Amino acid sequence: MKIARELAPIIEEIQKRFHDRIEAVQAPRENEVYVQAGPEVVAGFTAHLSRQWRARIVSLFAEDARLTEKAFHLYYVFALDAAHGFIILRVPVPPENPAFTSLANALPGVNWQEREIQDLFGLKLIGHPNPRRCALHDDWPEVYPLRKDFDLRTVLPPFQGDRHKFRTVEGEGVFQVPVGPVHAGIIEPGHFLFSVAGEPVLYLQLRMFYVHKGTEKLFENVPVSHGVRLAESISGDSGFAHATAFCHAVERAAGVEAPPRGRFLRSVCLELERLYNHIADIGAICTDVAFVTAHMHCLRLKERLLRMNEELTGNRLLRGMACLGGVRFDFDGAQLRALAELIAGLRPEFESVVRLIEESSSTRDRLEGTGILKPQVARDLGVVGIAGRASGFDHDLRRDFPHAAYGELKIEVSVYQAGDVQHRMQVRIDEVRASLSLVEALIAKLPMGPIRVEVGELPPDAVALGYVEGWRGEIFHWVRTAPGNRLARCKIKDPSLQNWPALTEAILGNIIPDFPVVNKSFNLSYSGTDR
Amino acid sequence: MFKILGKSLSTGIVTTKYPEARPEVSSRSRGRPEIDWANWRDARSAAAVCPTGAIRFEDRDGRRAAKLDLASCIFCGLCAEVDKAIRMTNVCECAARRRENLETGAVYTLKTDGTHDQMVSGPTAGSSGATAAQRDSIEVLGDQIRQRSHKLFGRSLHIREVDAGSCNGCEIEIVNLTGPVYDIERFGMHFVASPRHADMLLVTGPVTRNMELALRKTLDAMPEPRLVVAVGACGCSGGMFGVNYATRGAVDQVIPVDVYIPGCPPNPYALLQGILLAISR
Repeated sequence: MKIARELAPIIEEIQKRFHDRIEAVQAPRENEVYVQAGPEVVAGFTAHLSRQWRARIVSLFAEDARLTEKAFHLYYVFALDAAHGFIILRVPVPPENPAFTSLANALPGVNWQEREIQDLFGLKLIGHPNPRRCALHDDWPEVYPLRKDFDLRTVLPPFQGDRHKFRTVEGEGVFQVPVGPVHAGIIEPGHFLFSVAGEPVLYLQLRMFYVHKGTEKLFENVPVSHGVRLAESISGDSGFAHATAFCHAVERAAGVEAPPRGRFLRSVCLELERLYNHIADIGAICTDVAFVTAHMHCLRLKERLLRMNEELTGNRLLRGMACLGGVRFDFDGAQLRALAELIAGLRPEFESVVRLIEESSSTRDRLEGTGILKPQVARDLGVVGIAGRASGFDHDLRRDFPHAAYGELKIEVSVYQAGDVQHRMQVRIDEVRASLSLVEALIAKLPMGPIRVEVGELPPDAVALGYVEGWRGEIFHWVRTAPGNRLARCKIKDPSLQNWPALTEAILGNIIPDFPVVNKSFNLSYSGTDR
Repeated sequence: MFKILGKSLSTGIVTTKYPEARPEVSSRSRGRPEIDWANWRDARSAAAVCPTGAIRFEDRDGRRAAKLDLASCIFCGLCAEVDKAIRMTNVCECAARRRENLETGAVYTLKTDGTHDQMVSGPTAGSSGATAAQRDSIEVLGDQIRQRSHKLFGRSLHIREVDAGSCNGCEIEIVNLTGPVYDIERFGMHFVASPRHADMLLVTGPVTRNMELALRKTLDAMPEPRLVVAVGACGCSGGMFGVNYATRGAVDQVIPVDVYIPGCPPNPYALLQGILLAISR
């Protein structure tokens, strides 16, 4: 068993501390260590890891292993950013007593993930501050879709109308403003219930999971090669990042690594995805405070990037590019020259648009101090990605857990403490600049050689965690393989799931007319959350 | 103020001339796949790699009926990698008024080794079920309705977009229609916030169980006459997701659809073509 240098002393310390309460320790990969223990260990283990080693739970999920191991299993995935490793606590839950104790009082960041397990696996939550349904709406019958004895194609009666019992907010002059699921703009569906007194928002409640599509269950029902295409449809704006995280997980399970050129091209595509989304978001933030001209310029630049994506990969959103073992299409000299020209041309164009925005005092006035997410709140909720970095959380999987070709590049992480809309936009501006340079560095260093390796027949019953820093934040895919190149479980963790509750904090005290711009500054994926 | 104006002036016009000019898509762009029906010898490998079942076949009584269904095709091109009889074109405009018009099929004699041989009939598009006379009368009726809707919507069209379960990929391209390059407003078309103002409903996604009611209510809130356009592989057929415990599949399983726009996602030209087709422009 080989454990990464910086992770090994931590594992040693944990083994000493919890010695006879830990049943087993396994390290299928250097930076991915599994610790098996009973349910009584969870709270103490979590508290110790987060206090002593600054670990954070990045994914919490369950698996139905009743057929093979006569139990459900819970997995608590801890990221130790400074030690560049993951510790995964695995806890059995007996089927005769399907219940588990909540951590949400101590760690509000796991709130939704715990409730999702309760909804989809029927494991009852003990001690959760708000144990109501989350992933399934109230109207749903008593079904547990991710249990193995539930058939994917089960036909349920049509939806009748009860979604969620919202909390009532009462008082003189307090009004409730319901918004959604069908919104005014061209965006995804979700329901927001504002409680306002006068103009300021007192309280915001979210109802998500309108676009729950049974994606995780579907992964268990398709061959793993089709899974790559399915992963592209988890969250449309992060198609390549999700598909790459999926491939990364499957490759790690199979014990293969994409060849250097394949990894470089993955990084190029990840940066292209970051660029078109960040530029579109910068424009959209401007349009939400009525600076439409900047938005139009950004849409124009985004279009150039989308056309480049098409020239490089055959699809404007990079679909069809990801594949197991590397990437599907190589870039020839002419394509690389075109890409280099685009990047060189984009830089001054982008800077001139940024200048337009910076010089517009009325725009700045609307963005500064709006929708503040305080660093302490962000830490408590475990907010990640651009929103986390704008609120003081210095992290980036590209630097802390190098994947694709990021190990060979210098990654500058842009961090601010202010946590307002202005700084969530500023993080994007900084990252666009950095991304442009990264693409140039990737082209300059691009190694020759094959772009993919054959992954071959997957070993059955292997587990692995795959990860990618998408443009929005960290994406995790965890898989368990099954015989015949299939999967027994695929857990998808999109950063949006982690970040939604932050929106309800950031909007407090702001006025409803500022909600669109605050929401856009987070730009969370509904489909990635709901799956 | 002057800087903003100056920037706009120095940028110039970036708007496409589509539909007068052809779509500017890369030669590498993956659009509609084309099958060399007459020389196709084995449907099995393409059907095996197709993630959505867009290429499928049925063997019965020594015959093989093979089919390409553009409504569920995600244009990934995996079929063309394993089957020389299939090639990917960069043709993106595939919208159709009827679901069956997106299907092409042929019947072959089946050989004992699992390959197929001589084409018995086909390739045929959109002939399932109805007799020729019925089809004609439907077509005539359709034409009359189209002429009327052209009168009504010919000059201006207000569109309400509803994401009924999409991954957001289609929305990215729909948003691009509102940008300076595709600029849908040059056709007198406009995306509106309320279904009460809308003439057309643009629906994406496999309709989820949780969105079905919202979708029906949105349609009910629209004044008549109205048009419904299903967007994307998921909207046209259910796509990767199909029908499962959480989804109802294609949009037309929930509300009647006037035009189908295939693609994953359809690019802005494909969207424009579909929308223009719906109002006969």
